[in-house]
Amino acid sequence: MTSLFLINILLALAWGAVTGSFAEVNLLFGFVLGAGALYIIREQVGTRGYLTRTWQVVSLALLFLYELVLSALRVAGIVLRPKIVLQPGIIAYPLTVDRDFEITMLANLITLTPGTLSVDVSDDRKTLYVHCIDVPEPQATIDDIKNGFERKILEAFR
Amino acid sequence: MNPVYEIIVGIVLVTGSIFALIASIGLLRLKDVYMRMHAGSKAGTLGSGLMLVALAVHAHQIDVITRAFAGVVFFLLTAPVAAHLLAKAAYEAGYRPCADTKIDEMGKGSE
Repeated sequence: MTSLFLINILLALAWGAVTGSFAEVNLLFGFVLGAGALYIIREQVGTRGYLTRTWQVVSLALLFLYELVLSALRVAGIVLRPKIVLQPGIIAYPLTVDRDFEITMLANLITLTPGTLSVDVSDDRKTLYVHCIDVPEPQATIDDIKNGFERKILEAFR
Repeated sequence: MNPVYEIIVGIVLVTGSIFALIASIGLLRLKDVYMRMHAGSKAGTLGSGLMLVALAVHAHQIDVITRAFAGVVFFLLTAPVAAHLLAKAAYEAGYRPCADTKIDEMGKGSE
């Protein structure tokens, strides 16, 4: 995975050398070309994992941005309502991911999604406490996170 | 400068400021620290991020653009962490959620 990434960077540098320009845009283009070359020889060197994984990381980042926009709009909707009637609560979310950086990432994603804010992780790293701004159905919120972010994180980093 | 860019910059800048305004209205109107954190961390992040994006579109210099994007990335990384830490600190300090709060699984665990 890492070595293929380095090869891709080398290919980008080689492209820069061949075309005689190390401008950012040209190097970026070389990187894309290199990824294309690695895609063509995917059967021989086993690049498939690298490319799908890169795509999964990119799609996770896009999901992150999309959810941020959605949640800001939702907060705007709540805040600008003439009368604020909400049922906030702190729910316990059972974690499936167990590595520290995955928990961190999930907690960050949860904080940036509509109506949820991670407050704390239990000492045994099995439960994440999440504050919800409006939670009529705690189980529905838990299922949403399970099927959305946690699955994406597992896909991208396992 | 190209008028199309000017218009895009203007729209993004105004949208960003509206979100920042919403974040501050949220701080005033919501009831407890945890709910206020929702407004601050989300609308605030999006607002400041959008304004940095407007700067990146406006400046036709690569160093300004990369710095603006680094700023956006660091906002996205740090805002949730800051909100999370503030909420945790408030809870540890004994600040209980407001009376409307329906469930508090965290309180159950510690008591």
